[in-house]
Amino acid sequence: MTLTATAPVPPARPPAAQAPAAPPRRLLARLSPYAYIAPFFALFAAFGLFPLLYTAYVSLYRVELQTPGEMEWRGLDNYTALLRDDFFWTALRNTFTIGVVSTVPQLLMALGLAHLLNYRLRGRTFFRVTMLLPYATSVAAATLVFAQLFGRDFGLVNWALGLAGIGPVDWQSGTVASQIAVSTIVTWRWTGYNALIYLAGMQSIPGELYEAAELDGASRWRQFLHVTLPGLRPTVLFTIVVSTIGATQLFGEPLLFEGSISGGISHQYQTLGLYMYEQGWGYFHLGRAAAIAWVTFVLIVLLVLLNTALARRRSRKGTRR
Amino acid sequence: MPTARAARRATLRLGAVALAGALLAACGSGSTGTSADKDGKVTITVDLFGTFGYKEAGLYDEYEKLHPGVTIKQSSTENEADYWKALQTRLAGGGGLADVQGIEVGRIASVTQQQADKFEDLGPLGAKDLQDDFSAAKWAAATTADGRTLGLGTDVGPEAICYRTDLFQQAGLPTDRAELAQKWATWDGYLELGRQYKAKAGAKSAWLDSVGSLYSVIVGQEKERYYDASGKLVYDDNAAVKAAWDLSVKAAQDGLSAKLAQWTPAWNQAFSSGSFATIGCPAWMLGYIKGQAGDAGKGKWDIAPLPGGAAGNWGGSYLAVPKGSAHAKEAFALVKWLTAAEQQAKLFKKQGSFPSNIGAIESVKDVTDPYFSDAPIGRIFGAAAEASPVQVLGVHDGDVNQQITNALGEVERKGTDSATAWSHARKGVENAVG
Repeated sequence: MTLTATAPVPPARPPAAQAPAAPPRRLLARLSPYAYIAPFFALFAAFGLFPLLYTAYVSLYRVELQTPGEMEWRGLDNYTALLRDDFFWTALRNTFTIGVVSTVPQLLMALGLAHLLNYRLRGRTFFRVTMLLPYATSVAAATLVFAQLFGRDFGLVNWALGLAGIGPVDWQSGTVASQIAVSTIVTWRWTGYNALIYLAGMQSIPGELYEAAELDGASRWRQFLHVTLPGLRPTVLFTIVVSTIGATQLFGEPLLFEGSISGGISHQYQTLGLYMYEQGWGYFHLGRAAAIAWVTFVLIVLLVLLNTALARRRSRKGTRR
Repeated sequence: MPTARAARRATLRLGAVALAGALLAACGSGSTGTSADKDGKVTITVDLFGTFGYKEAGLYDEYEKLHPGVTIKQSSTENEADYWKALQTRLAGGGGLADVQGIEVGRIASVTQQQADKFEDLGPLGAKDLQDDFSAAKWAAATTADGRTLGLGTDVGPEAICYRTDLFQQAGLPTDRAELAQKWATWDGYLELGRQYKAKAGAKSAWLDSVGSLYSVIVGQEKERYYDASGKLVYDDNAAVKAAWDLSVKAAQDGLSAKLAQWTPAWNQAFSSGSFATIGCPAWMLGYIKGQAGDAGKGKWDIAPLPGGAAGNWGGSYLAVPKGSAHAKEAFALVKWLTAAEQQAKLFKKQGSFPSNIGAIESVKDVTDPYFSDAPIGRIFGAAAEASPVQVLGVHDGDVNQQITNALGEVERKGTDSATAWSHARKGVENAVG
């Protein structure tokens, strides 16, 4: 099917012989590309666009899951209530701090790993596959294992810290400790994935550049700074955008870390995604949950625009130099 | 060329058909897979939470033997909060419901007040004649204002204290039930013993598992907790709630708690590791302890009456049939059988779930449990059930309790002071209920 779809449209046929049949067939030929892309757009409309718009509609009402038939008009009240909601601001702050703590070291480590893997190493394929393994692990499985490792009384991490003479850390209750624990899971899962993307970007940088740099007497470190990094700019931008979106939507790890929809006893690691879930499926306030969903959506769009603008300004500066 | 054109036309048509198929499939209603009734065979699905113990006690096998052609399929979620979320989503969507659904007593008010239309009225199906079999309070809680019966009672949760005799001995405390009951006749006496235990046992083992569970047990002794009889939220001015809170805070500040949040893996592990010596024990907890502590725990545990009046109730459940079940009649027959006196008595002997059926209560008076050092569980829990108050239940009972135990977690794990923690609990309740 794909073969015929990509085949060029047959040249105009002799008009006399096929005149009566031609118009519908030509119409079909003209419409067929649309038919082929229609499945995606139909599915997107049903499962992407419609939910998005319906969520916006629901966010203007008071709707409870237990009585979905009774919708009470609230206008923008769900949104203004959020502004006065301490739990919302806590969740926003947590999302930001966990996002920074998990994304920044993650991308730096990925960059370093990719640089190492770019050398000719023995067993390179093995290392590359190994790096992708965490990414292939399910969030649930990884989080449950990490929750055990970070256990307060019998966890491996505290046992190791104990050997070093550091007292047991309560990785669940403390704000900083719990956020570090959750960030560790995210970092563990995504570092390898980003490293492979960086690696692909590095391999597309022409080798002559490195040769030229070497002739000029540039050290490995200088080569990395002045050849690799500028060449990787579009790739870095891509990973930053994807990581930002991922960090803003973070949900599975904090939910399963203790199995608490509040993100711990004092909401200490509750992210925006988790707060939405708590409102919608913990307390069944669907209207409020929809409002949080839309705020998150707008936030993601703004962050991505900001990232892109910053990166563009930097690269323009770079080329001017 | 002609063949190519023909092929092209064919693929175009094929593509159109495939597309239409995909769209139809996307829009088609996912009919819920209720079993076929060919040759009189019926599959009844049962969806529960925690450990009801029907399967473990062999009751399904027995029922299938009694009713040839009936097959029972059970699914179960460990944490009731997760179960309730899934059930609510399915009720709202109208699909994926089992023929029989378990409902916890903390949610029954929400069912009778908000969702009465989503469950079968069991009265016309034959429940009308069963009213006298159940305790009046249990029956009334599952009845709507207009007299519909939405569920039949399974167990109730009369409370006692479960304790580790081996740890008590090591700490030089008495292990005799009667002597302990006398020493901890009041909650202050219970905490005093705890301080003695702590002095001897040191850091390895705490007196109780978590102050959240201590609080839940204490507040289970009250008639009125979070709502008054008119359905108004009154937890903030309720002296009984405040007293239970203060006592729990005291226990936390005296360092008597192992600081384990209930229903977490760490809490589960602690049953066998001996991290705590006592735990507030509603009858259904016996089955949970057996499951977590395993055979190694046999004979190490014992049970004594609860401090502060020896009467209180925490939990208990109902079985209900959602509307739209393809086998409402058969499902009700199963519910009726499972909640009948004989089966409830059997379940108590096997699992410890205390019966709500009066006939069963009568017949289990003399039951003892070898796992718990032959404690007379029939007598202890029977007395507690008899003396328990008829509790006022509200729509958000479960949520309020969750917020308060979370705040107590802050007190015991982070050292938050009582007033701040209480204000957190209040804020949490407003957020949940509002």
